[in-house]
Amino acid sequence: MFPRPIEKSGATAKAAYQAFLPIALIMWLLPLLAIFLTSIRSAADINSGNVFGWPSEFALIENYAAVFTQSAAAQYMLNSVLITVPSVVISVALACLAGYALAIYRFRVALPLFFLFVAGNFIPFQILMVPVRDMSVQTGLYDTIAGQFLFHAAFQTGFCTLFMRNFIKALPFDLVESARIEGVAEWRIFWYVVLPLVRPAIAALAVLIFTFVWNDFFWANVLTQGESAKPITAGVRALNGQFVNNWHLVSAASLLAAIPPVVCFFLMQRHFIAGLTLGAVK
Amino acid sequence: MADAVVTDTRTRTEPGFFRRNKLAIAPWIFLIPALIFFAIYVVIPIFESLWLSLYQWNGLYDAEGNSTAVWVGFENYARLWGDPNFWTSLRNNIAWLVLYMLAVPAGLFIALFLNQTVTGMRFYKSMFFFPFVISQVVVGLIFGWFYNPDFGVVGTVWKAIFCEETTNILGNTTFRCERPVPDILSSEQWATYGIIAAGLWPQIAYCMILYLTGLNNVAADQIEAARLDGAKGWKMLWYVVVPQLKPATFIAVVVTVIGALRSFDMIAIMTQGGPFGSTNVLSHYMFEVAISEYGERYGYGSSIATVLFGIMLIFISYFLWRMYQDEKGGR
Repeated sequence: MFPRPIEKSGATAKAAYQAFLPIALIMWLLPLLAIFLTSIRSAADINSGNVFGWPSEFALIENYAAVFTQSAAAQYMLNSVLITVPSVVISVALACLAGYALAIYRFRVALPLFFLFVAGNFIPFQILMVPVRDMSVQTGLYDTIAGQFLFHAAFQTGFCTLFMRNFIKALPFDLVESARIEGVAEWRIFWYVVLPLVRPAIAALAVLIFTFVWNDFFWANVLTQGESAKPITAGVRALNGQFVNNWHLVSAASLLAAIPPVVCFFLMQRHFIAGLTLGAVK
Repeated sequence: MADAVVTDTRTRTEPGFFRRNKLAIAPWIFLIPALIFFAIYVVIPIFESLWLSLYQWNGLYDAEGNSTAVWVGFENYARLWGDPNFWTSLRNNIAWLVLYMLAVPAGLFIALFLNQTVTGMRFYKSMFFFPFVISQVVVGLIFGWFYNPDFGVVGTVWKAIFCEETTNILGNTTFRCERPVPDILSSEQWATYGIIAAGLWPQIAYCMILYLTGLNNVAADQIEAARLDGAKGWKMLWYVVVPQLKPATFIAVVVTVIGALRSFDMIAIMTQGGPFGSTNVLSHYMFEVAISEYGERYGYGSSIATVLFGIMLIFISYFLWRMYQDEKGGR
């Protein structure tokens, strides 16, 4: 193990290390802690200039309730859910199929097609912006929930296919081979042999794509206009304009926007990290 | 008897077309849904954008439903050449690329610091990763507030060090400062660096987690062997550990390059490209040009997107080439 385990350096070193850890953590998360403290302050504190010190009174419930009652935050949150969940389902489903095809069958264009998905995943959004926006306007998908999740699902299919293909490639090929000798139909091999084995990959992709799509801001701006289809990320920015100088409300709204992916991460940490390393660093 | 054998082989050798070509057709059936979706929303739009960059178009259609785009050839690119905002954006993109790379060694450093097994370590590791999970919009808002000279953390700390609190005649507190409090995001000179610093926060967290996973796989016997040979500290890190972390480093570099060139959210939230366009990058400038209050300029916007795409393509080609080498080696 590197660096040398701290236990081997003696009790003093270990104690010092353990004492320093929380300090380092607080320094690292200082911006987040500061905004959390702000979000539970009262308006009086903000107006009197006490924005950094300890809150004179706690207004956690008042502030978070105010965000919901004084703005369209509830609508934005709902929109985010309605955009994110179908995106995850569609992209992961498509990627299971495509990943299976690219990993199991040997055909000439398998590798070029795989690279197409990989490359598509790395391109800048701006190169897609005008045609996708124009297409959405033409088909009536502009400023709708569906318009957003269809795009996200298609775009994230690239990443999901990359991940899924590598995952399936690492499975023992004998399983498929012997099923074929038994005369099992190809789609049954996919459904009964491979799909049960890729469950960890599905879990990893689901949390990752959830986070990616939930945190999207660019496409929310490109594909929506009004409040009816805006997700929370774009909503928070709108609130920032609406609650000028009401920093306690802006902070509360920002933290609300951050909660779902954070919960997702803590619940499925192991899968999340496996996904982030693109399956390459195990 | 012989007849029976013949008919039997005939039914075996002449099954239906689909059955005979099962292994050639099946992959396409699995692939088609993803391919169609991906083609409509990703592949075709790329070419449409490249094509559109040769037109001038405000995004409107005439009564018959025909696009009003006018062919202008390479005029958009000629205009880009003379557009100071374009050059500022490009320069900022380079600043992002270079400074964002700091996330890689910084992430390694924190990963090394956290690679211990004392109690509660899992909790600390996940908390250090926290900034990556939250939206960049939120990170941008947090730092926008953090940098605020009047009531942000930077302002407060600065006042504590350089300023003296006085009370004026009306009884309000004012500050008299040796040096004025810096307003980072309103400074043409510093705003970009302020945003990059904010962007580094989640990116370092990402690189850290890649390295923490990588460090789990470092071969313990090699470390022990090197230790017996007297290697330690920096030498051990550089000659024994870092080479083994190569896969993690590769991915860290890939995601950092992509992240740097994709930076949009933070700029849109923190400065909207200002002051006076000084914090624009290509991705944000493109958006600003294509969908602006002064009407849409899809053609000019597409030419900016094409330049950004070209830059990205250099990196993408390199990554794909590396992946191709691995694929060949992996067989």
